[in-house]
Amino acid sequence: MSFLEVRDLALAFGGVRALDGVGFSVERGQVFAIIGPNGAGKTTVLNVVTRVFAPASGQVLLEGVDLVRMPRHAIAGAGVARTFQNIELFEGATVLDNLLLGRHRFDHGGLLSQMVQGRRARACEDASRERVEALIDFLDLAPHRNQRVAGLPYGVRKIVELGRALATEPRLLLLDEPASGLNPEETRDLAFWIDDIRHDLGVTVVMIEHDMSLVSEVADRVLAMNLGRALAEGTPAEVQSHPDVVAAYLGG
Amino acid sequence: MRFAYDTSYRESRRLLRFASDRAAYALLAVLLAAAPFVLPVFYVGELTYLFIFALASLGLMVLTGYTGQVSLGHAAFLAIGAYAEALLLNAGWPLPASLAAAAALSGAAGLAIGMPAIRVSGLYLAMVTLAFAILLEHAVGHWSSLTGGFTGMAVPEPRLAGVSLGTPTGFYFLCLALLAAVLLALVNLMRGHLGRAFVGVRDSEAAAWGLGIRVPLVKVQAFVLSAAITGLAGALLAHQTKYLTPDGFGMMLSMQLVLAVVIGGLGSLRGAILGAILIGLLPSFISHLKPFLPDRIAKQFGLEIFVFGAVLVGFVLFEPLGLNGRWQKLRAFFETFPLYRRDTFRRGKAYMRSERYK
Repeated sequence: MSFLEVRDLALAFGGVRALDGVGFSVERGQVFAIIGPNGAGKTTVLNVVTRVFAPASGQVLLEGVDLVRMPRHAIAGAGVARTFQNIELFEGATVLDNLLLGRHRFDHGGLLSQMVQGRRARACEDASRERVEALIDFLDLAPHRNQRVAGLPYGVRKIVELGRALATEPRLLLLDEPASGLNPEETRDLAFWIDDIRHDLGVTVVMIEHDMSLVSEVADRVLAMNLGRALAEGTPAEVQSHPDVVAAYLGG
Repeated sequence: MRFAYDTSYRESRRLLRFASDRAAYALLAVLLAAAPFVLPVFYVGELTYLFIFALASLGLMVLTGYTGQVSLGHAAFLAIGAYAEALLLNAGWPLPASLAAAAALSGAAGLAIGMPAIRVSGLYLAMVTLAFAILLEHAVGHWSSLTGGFTGMAVPEPRLAGVSLGTPTGFYFLCLALLAAVLLALVNLMRGHLGRAFVGVRDSEAAAWGLGIRVPLVKVQAFVLSAAITGLAGALLAHQTKYLTPDGFGMMLSMQLVLAVVIGGLGSLRGAILGAILIGLLPSFISHLKPFLPDRIAKQFGLEIFVFGAVLVGFVLFEPLGLNGRWQKLRAFFETFPLYRRDTFRRGKAYMRSERYK
């Protein structure tokens, strides 16, 4: 059995069939890219996996456990983290606090201990901080550590969001258009980081991306979608030259 | 200029980190401790009222400033705390137990109103809380057998271990001690796990869910914590006014609390205190000013409300970050002295923001 198996997802909003029997599987340690024109249902797949939406039918098996049966808040605990297409950061908080929020699912001592800053609460806080500082090093965020997110440039925000997802210590990382809005240099950095996330942290990555140069560089497998259906699956080169994919992008 | 040079993770979390902070707070403590012995009784009472109002304002700040849930009916929790305190003391409870029970009872009311209320947000939540406060005011007024109705009820004198705390000085220190304790507990909570979860829910529910935060649970927690603190303030307010009537807990009081947290600066405990001081002092400041105003203005009905409104408009226009924002700017100016940049506090524009999922 594969690490992640998505089977026959179907979901409709009114008369729109957002997902119409999508299925794919991802092996452990792979980088799996989903491409497709706007409205293909790519983000909806991520939203079903993270339980934002409940599918009408289908299964999402992470190492054999069906995520669709879990409550929404338990997804992080199951080892799945995500970023958002339009950046969903906690604007009023500092970069450090955003990353520390990624540690929410871990123990932080009882409420009373937090209230009086007891030994237990402080030890937990230190442990969280230590893991977060490692990520700050990893993602070169040190200059922004104590800045409010609201004042940061777009490229840095994207990285903060990536860091926050990593702070939850996921087994599976879902990236929704990680390179959108980044300049070529930042996109290069991102490619290296995704590589490191896979090799050094051992995290499996599923990403939605339009930038085909990034996809061909980091992805092992690619799934092309259109109108809620899977069009083609294979290596980046195979999918790019698939006649259905070409037709979906260029029309005809 | 001053540099924060951390040599351990804990150093950046220390509360009074710099010698100047410690000196300033020590001075404040000395002044507050000496105040009742040097000030005339009237001003001791005014200060005591400010402590109580600041406590209530801290309660609302937890809910509105940190968690982003607007409540226009927080006077209801003050009323619950106040009547609970009076009734429990009449029933013979000792003061510490009655204060704790008043806070707990108000917290329970927060749970009861919070559980259905978190299903709605924004304007609708504001309306639910407003309706709750109006209903409660009328319920208190008509339940004469318990609350004395509109004629009101007297509040027994606060006594602790046989010593009366009903004297202005004694009650002053009781309120100061409780305010300090609650403030310290909140400072600890808000810079830690729970406070971050509150801010997370406020700023992005979608992201909060994704990090494993149970959004509805966190909202209810904020409601209960907020109601309990405000209820404690209500219990103290009962002793301050010594006589309870339902119209003492009307719309105007709720509005004053909202004004205090907005003008203080949403999302900061210091803001709650500063806002409470400003709003708490405004009525007596206006009445001191009245003799110097022309009669046509001074005798105008609703002058107070007009000034409240004008102050709010001024802050929204010129200092949206509130008194706390002004404080931080001043601090940054002196700390970075010749290198201060105005842009430090300029908010970046968010060009894209998705409201698609909640």
